[in-house]
Amino acid sequence: MTVEIRYFASLRQCTGCSHETIDIDPDADVSALWSMLEGRHPALAAIGFRPLVACDRSYAGWERLLEGVSEVAFLPPVSGG
Amino acid sequence: MIRLQTEAIRVDELIESVGSDGDGAVAVFVGTVRDHNRGRRVLYLEYEAYPEMATSEMRRLVEQAGARFELSSVAIVHRTGRLEIGEASVAVAIAATHRDDALEACRFLIDTFKRTVPIWKREVFEGGEVWIEGAGETRVDRQA
Repeated sequence: MTVEIRYFASLRQCTGCSHETIDIDPDADVSALWSMLEGRHPALAAIGFRPLVACDRSYAGWERLLEGVSEVAFLPPVSGG
Repeated sequence: MIRLQTEAIRVDELIESVGSDGDGAVAVFVGTVRDHNRGRRVLYLEYEAYPEMATSEMRRLVEQAGARFELSSVAIVHRTGRLEIGEASVAVAIAATHRDDALEACRFLIDTFKRTVPIWKREVFEGGEVWIEGAGETRVDRQA
């Protein structure tokens, strides 16, 4: 299955892209996806924080399975306001 | 009124959008861009949002506030893009029959907003720039 990945703020800077499409096994969870992305973008392995995760625009845990998910966003700790 | 916008926030418009004749109180919070942070002289801020999720999280917040407090109406607006010192980055207006609900809901909304709504600020200061990320920060790499 394919999943649309979105990156924001410093994570976008790390990857050099705001979004990309990834082909992944539907049995994989968010953690497995992140490991795969660290392989594509080595700078992601060096960030100084654990990103927040959103699946289809709702916060999700790292163990969330990707089956049925079309968009996964990795978010730095937020700083609005 | 729940929205992100690049134009300046008009607080009078926000207040007008929530008030009704049955309300005895409108509480307002306005967050502004200050000229210093963590010992640095700030020149300006640039806000970035995950727009689709930011607006849905803002709606969720308003629902949560409505379940906790007796409110008539709530408006929240956050700006994105470049903001100069002194400009409003966020504004919340809450109308209620009584002031206690309006004031407490205002505090609840802005505090929860800052923890949950996916928006980030890039701080440009004298000598550099950083992404502010919760309590931490990441240096902006101009090459990227």
